Amino acid sequence: MSDLIEYAPLLAQGTGVTVALAILSLVLATALGALGAAAKLSGKRRFGWPAAGYTTLVRGVPDLVLILLIYFGGQRLVNVAGNALGVDYIEVSKFGAGVFAIGFIYGAYLTETFRGAYQSIPKGQAEAARALGISRFATLRQIVLPQLMRLALSGYANVWMVLVKSTAVVSVIGLADLVGLADKAGKSTRQQFWFYLAVLLVYLTITIISEQVLGRAEKRLNRGQEARGTPA
Amino acid sequence: MRVDLVLDSWTMFAEGVWMTLQLTVLALLFGFLIALPAALAMYRRTRAGTFWRGFVYVFRGTPLLVQTYLIYYGLAQFDWVRAGPWWYFLREAWWCALIAFSLNSAAYQAEILRGAFGNVPRGEIEAGRALGLSARFITWLVLLPSAFRRALPQYGNEVVFMLHGSVVASVITLQDILGAGRTLNARYYLAYEGLLTAALLYMVLTFALVGMFRLLERRFLRHLNVRSEDKPVRKPLDGMLDPAAAR
Repeated sequence: MSDLIEYAPLLAQGTGVTVALAILSLVLATALGALGAAAKLSGKRRFGWPAAGYTTLVRGVPDLVLILLIYFGGQRLVNVAGNALGVDYIEVSKFGAGVFAIGFIYGAYLTETFRGAYQSIPKGQAEAARALGISRFATLRQIVLPQLMRLALSGYANVWMVLVKSTAVVSVIGLADLVGLADKAGKSTRQQFWFYLAVLLVYLTITIISEQVLGRAEKRLNRGQEARGTPA
Repeated sequence: MRVDLVLDSWTMFAEGVWMTLQLTVLALLFGFLIALPAALAMYRRTRAGTFWRGFVYVFRGTPLLVQTYLIYYGLAQFDWVRAGPWWYFLREAWWCALIAFSLNSAAYQAEILRGAFGNVPRGEIEAGRALGLSARFITWLVLLPSAFRRALPQYGNEVVFMLHGSVVASVITLQDILGAGRTLNARYYLAYEGLLTAALLYMVLTFALVGMFRLLERRFLRHLNVRSEDKPVRKPLDGMLDPAAAR
């Protein structure tokens, strides 16, 4: 147990890496989700098909397989490209590969979240805006987006929770995140149980904090909904 | 792309599929055996229900990978674990994976079932009571069948997530589908072939399972779809990425 205290700074550093990985992945996933939803809602086949392929691929393949493919496959691609350009060996960053992979995976989930939220906004609102001569951009920004945020939040919160847990898997490619560092420390001190238990508790803490924050955000975005007698 | 190398090692991938299916099916089964009494206890708010609530929260709130590490690498740290008769199981990666997956799946299944119990209309229970059924009969003849039907779509998601979650087995040295793919890559120093084959196999299994659950839903939820022409047609893979069902 005393080893755990000695290694506390290391674990804190690992927690930082994990949280940074999760947040950056969420940013990427949000961008990809918005893009994917826009493509699916565009009604144009040349946009709809790639988006459908993207979400189908992600829901069919486990996260770890995609992470390994992106890391090792990406490394090979960079090597081939580097050779062609006459550049020496470039190493793909594990953190970068992790962000890219996790963002790519959860972007597919957010595509569905955003699409569902958009579709539950009554069409009449956009039509009314058009009838009033409000530009398409202003309609999107002032009428659709504020509602989209409220409608998508519970799905978004759900994706965040799953995404956080998914970051543990990135340790398999050797990233020195919370799991990776605890793994090393546990093996060198032969105190694996206590180190993994600590990791478990850190993840549990992140879950609890996220629940609190997101619950509050949901309440805030839903204010005024119940007063009108239409609980969201 | 060296497809020939993949084809030459098809037996390795076949064994991998077998390992993955074995772990997934057994974990779902054992998970169910734990989840059913747990969900009933939570639904009835008994004292045991409080314990199960904590169990569900911890296992749903932490990564499966860490849970598996804790059981496989963590428990072996203690001498009393190594000395006991349970060491026969706990020294094997296969049993550790199965234990971790079963507990994890139990937590998710318990939550699904608890929700389904809560969604059974009160009228159905009251009708059972009015017919003079004992509490036990109401549970077995009214509550459970009704809840299982309602839980079917979420169960489909849970099965797919357990299949995907089982890749963790390859991290603790087991030769599942991903393990076979990584072995192939390492043996011939390849970057894509083994992993792409694994990805393809997982995809086929996933969509086979999704299709199977669609058929089950059509069979067991058909009373909800009597006037199906009024409803938008559900395409084969709709809802599979339902964010509400993500875990």
